[in-house]
Amino acid sequence: MDNPKLLTSSHAPFWHNSSSISRQSYHIMLAALPALIMGISQYGIPALAVVALSVSSAMIWELLMNKLMNRPVSIGDGNAAVIGLLLAMLLPAVTPWWVIVAGTFVAIVVGKQIFGGIGCNPFNPVLTALAILILSWKGLLDFNATLVDYDLGFLMIYPLSAIKYLGTSSATGYSLSGLLMGQQAGGIGSCFGLGLIIGGVYLILRGHIRWEISISFLVGIYITAILFNISDADKYAGPMFHILTGYTLIGAFFLATEDSSSPVNFIPMLLYGAGAGVLTVLIRNIGVFVDGVVFAILMMNVTSPLLDKIRPKAMGKGIEHA
Amino acid sequence: MIRRPFFSLGRPRLKFPVVQKSSPIDIPLPSKVTLFFEAVPADTKDPAVSLGDKVKTGQKLKITENDEDYFISTVSGTICDISEYTGYLGRDYTSISIETLANDEWDDEFATGKAPTLKVGREFLGCLPGAPDFASLLDFKTPVNTLIIYGLDKDLLVTTNQFIVETEVEALAKGIELLKNITHTDEVIMVVPPHLLKKAGETGADVRKIRPSYPNTLPGMIVKKVLGREISPGKNPVEMGVGIISAEAVVALSHAFDRGEIPVEKILTIIKKDGATVLARARIGTPLKDVLETLNIQTAHGDRLVLGGPMTGTTAYSEDLPVLPDTDAVMIQDRKDITPSSDTQCINCGECIRACPANVPINMLVRLLENGLYEEAVSEYDLLSCIECGLCSYVCPAMIPVFQYIMLGKFEYARIISVEEPNG
Repeated sequence: MDNPKLLTSSHAPFWHNSSSISRQSYHIMLAALPALIMGISQYGIPALAVVALSVSSAMIWELLMNKLMNRPVSIGDGNAAVIGLLLAMLLPAVTPWWVIVAGTFVAIVVGKQIFGGIGCNPFNPVLTALAILILSWKGLLDFNATLVDYDLGFLMIYPLSAIKYLGTSSATGYSLSGLLMGQQAGGIGSCFGLGLIIGGVYLILRGHIRWEISISFLVGIYITAILFNISDADKYAGPMFHILTGYTLIGAFFLATEDSSSPVNFIPMLLYGAGAGVLTVLIRNIGVFVDGVVFAILMMNVTSPLLDKIRPKAMGKGIEHA
Repeated sequence: MIRRPFFSLGRPRLKFPVVQKSSPIDIPLPSKVTLFFEAVPADTKDPAVSLGDKVKTGQKLKITENDEDYFISTVSGTICDISEYTGYLGRDYTSISIETLANDEWDDEFATGKAPTLKVGREFLGCLPGAPDFASLLDFKTPVNTLIIYGLDKDLLVTTNQFIVETEVEALAKGIELLKNITHTDEVIMVVPPHLLKKAGETGADVRKIRPSYPNTLPGMIVKKVLGREISPGKNPVEMGVGIISAEAVVALSHAFDRGEIPVEKILTIIKKDGATVLARARIGTPLKDVLETLNIQTAHGDRLVLGGPMTGTTAYSEDLPVLPDTDAVMIQDRKDITPSSDTQCINCGECIRACPANVPINMLVRLLENGLYEEAVSEYDLLSCIECGLCSYVCPAMIPVFQYIMLGKFEYARIISVEEPNG
């Protein structure tokens, strides 16, 4: 050989800003920790067991699907772990093991891998799984039924079912600051509002999720809830109650913002977030489900590709006729 | 390498580092130079150059006798090799190597009192150093109404043109007058970074400030900023009556008429492995090996050698490749700094959408390009609006070689069009 020293050839650019999918996944998991740790400290070892099983089974499903579909092993990108973690955060602390394994199966296999893996899923995999679990085993995901043995020193009735079935007078049993500090029954990682907000703000500032989606989702909920509240204050709870209960905050910062199933342009992101917010309150107030976040976001996932057609004019387009 | 900042809400901000003044290091005349001449003659029956021919510095050479195009020998010596070379985007070149003599013997065809006219420009000055070069102004079809002179550099870390503005004010002023005569254009605008405003003002051109951050410095962005016009997709600025020329080419033009010699040297910014930059002056055609040796830069197996800057350059696969008239910079990258691309599909995170200065829907575009749907990519997803900054690849967390897909798409689309046109 004339030239034993070979140089690397590739296309420009020769710099990269050193972001990566795995880094993004780890930051999302890091941001979820405050709310998660609070949940585990409240519900104890059973909650930890749910989280551990959910994360590990999600990763195993991912690995199995990689092998089965003869594709490169992708558990290293952390996306499966994020899905497992977020699913666990939505579940009650006493969820049976087979429900968790079934849930991660739906999330990873049905929700993500059969569409082609990361980036190809039209729906948020976590919410796909949760929706199927809710529809399949209603009783096992009912917080009032599953958390009946827990007494954590605050009102253990799931706030959203309280206002749905007992009227807004029952909301007086909850203080807003208590709800913010996690004093409510609910999913393992979805109750500690302050922790979710801290995690969400961290992700927004680091650029891993879009503020447009989170903020418009919360604004959508606030405005719709306040309109209902004005129309009939006895029947419909106030906007802050809606924002601090159920899956609202975890939805705003961790679920609606999932990359693949949400739009990327500015106006579509606002419409998507606001639409999910409006639908959430509509389902909560006049629908059959206690919490509307799951189906509201899934519904808006469908519209995401269509919304993304609204985009700024590309450079130089339309100039010829101007 | 500029990494993602801790807080990252909007577009990536890639500021140009502060330029340290230094005079360029002279690269000694190499024992052999290689010149690239675009296009390979279809018929080689009538060759105008052959092995063993003696050439003089500044001599006009053609590959075949009835060729209109030509190239300028940058050294005196003997032609020792003629071969074919395929470059970026499949462009074919004839590569001519010349063994150099120690002393230059200047060709006097140009020297004998040429007047600055378009004809003389076309006949002799098609190979002036600098990018964008002088030649791009010579073969226009629409008249050039506005001339924009690049007093800054397109790519990050490159300081070649800034150095020219800093040191060659008089030649610039003279070159601008020549340009006005040659192109019959009165509107000459020079764009410079803020710290060169005063210096550039001395040339008498209409000087505009450009914030030195990438991709503000790309031609498409400068035309938009300075003239308030956007370049139509798939068009060159020249087709819109806007000529763009680098300060280095303007100075070369001025020197050509001043000295009666066609300039044969190029100012290079050498970007070392640690990101430090140094200026060098080399004869066009000098092999990169000689440049690196003079500057005492070692390369190892797996390193990357880039002609041009970190965002828009092209890689050289061998150290034998030469410095070309449009080589503004040479970057040497250590193998451990190379981020490999990946074949992960788009995760729809939208980073590229926020980074794109031309509002191209890259998240959709890349899906079409990956599947070879080039015509749809042009008609539906604005492939041709891309101004080729490379930021999409730079920010992509999935490490998709987006910019490469885009350039491939443009290349393939041009081929499709050229096949269809004669029939249509």
